Amino acid sequence: MSQPKSNKKPAIFFVAKEREPLFSKKNRGLLKDPLDDNNPITVQVLGICSALAITVQLKPAVVMTLSVIAVMAASNVIVSILRNAIPNRIRIIVQLVVVASMVILVDQVLRAFAYDVSKQLSIFIGLIITNCIVMGRLEAFALGNGVWKSFLDGVGNAAGYGFMLILVAFFRELLGSGKLYGYQVIPDALYEMGYENNGLMLLSPMALITLGLIIWIQRARNRKLIEKN
Amino acid sequence: MDYINLFVKSIFIENMIFAYFLGMCSYLAVSKTVKTAVGLGFAVIFVLSITVPINYLLDNYLLKPGAMAWLGKDYAALDLSFLSFIMFIAVIASMVQLVEMIVEKFAPALYGALGIFLPLIAVNCAILGGSLFMQQKSFASIGESAVYGFGSGIGWLLAILAIAAIREKIAYSNVPAPLRGLGITFIITGLMAIGFMSFMGIKL
Repeated sequence: MSQPKSNKKPAIFFVAKEREPLFSKKNRGLLKDPLDDNNPITVQVLGICSALAITVQLKPAVVMTLSVIAVMAASNVIVSILRNAIPNRIRIIVQLVVVASMVILVDQVLRAFAYDVSKQLSIFIGLIITNCIVMGRLEAFALGNGVWKSFLDGVGNAAGYGFMLILVAFFRELLGSGKLYGYQVIPDALYEMGYENNGLMLLSPMALITLGLIIWIQRARNRKLIEKN
Repeated sequence: MDYINLFVKSIFIENMIFAYFLGMCSYLAVSKTVKTAVGLGFAVIFVLSITVPINYLLDNYLLKPGAMAWLGKDYAALDLSFLSFIMFIAVIASMVQLVEMIVEKFAPALYGALGIFLPLIAVNCAILGGSLFMQQKSFASIGESAVYGFGSGIGWLLAILAIAAIREKIAYSNVPAPLRGLGITFIITGLMAIGFMSFMGIKL
């Protein structure tokens, strides 16, 4: 027969003293802030390492975003469950092992179901392990907060990271090869009139410059983010 | 001659920062003054030239498909390459710890200079990236992998030294307010990367 309804929630939720709705204002903030005010790339300056090399086209950027969301949500939840059991001295190694196992899972799934994209991403899936944003959020958030909040924080920050990735990839693919997600969007007529793709956009330096310009626009709009010195 | 070619290539053409953006986080965070930048740069050279050859041995005698053949015929079919991420990161984390202890014991002056940067290096993407590129390029000998690791480290030092010097000077100039700090650093790095592209195709 069916279980009584009250047992459905995992026991870990009963530890929390104050009970708040799953999507209270604070929790929604956890999900929303990293998209703009507290973006991991443009404001916290985390996780730029692997962010830029894979933004030549939209497709790898989207796959990378999904992978990072999966890895961050899962490892945030695991570390948050274990947070009272991890000795402080070896926490970095414990975190690395948790993240590395998650990344191996993602890597194997990608190889099985999206082989060509996984070839394109080459070593950058592996580099999610040392992506500072994963470690940074584990250190700063998951070690001190409950499971559900850590989950939201992981998803939110990974989404903020992915948002920047997709934004940069959008401009680079559009201007660099006239395509979006592999489909041509700039009409042939324009090419016949003499329009040329900007090959420079496909080269790695332009990823940095594009991101610099995005930061400029974001901070001009949101002036409280401007740095003092 | 091959070694020199590989060395030059890993410093200039396949520069960790300008071509692959590896180790960007610490590159941006620690490049405010030249002194600290040099400290971190040397620590990266140090760790890269140790971990890449070690991971090369691990990859070739433990992880690759068929790499366990030296244990006997039964093991020849094993393919443990899916474990490489976790192996590499474990080697790097423990190597960093070991290097830290050795340096502290035998070269306290150097230890003082590197300071907190040594432990930070365990999570520097350039280090893991060096090992993963080594795996992807399938070098012929351990010597090549050592040269590759050393060269990549020097390239990284070069990049962080350049940006730190520029940032020290740029503090005196009038950058548009929203671009100050992170934004201008990104754009300068992009311009330097374009400069480094002129090395492309050099062969010795």
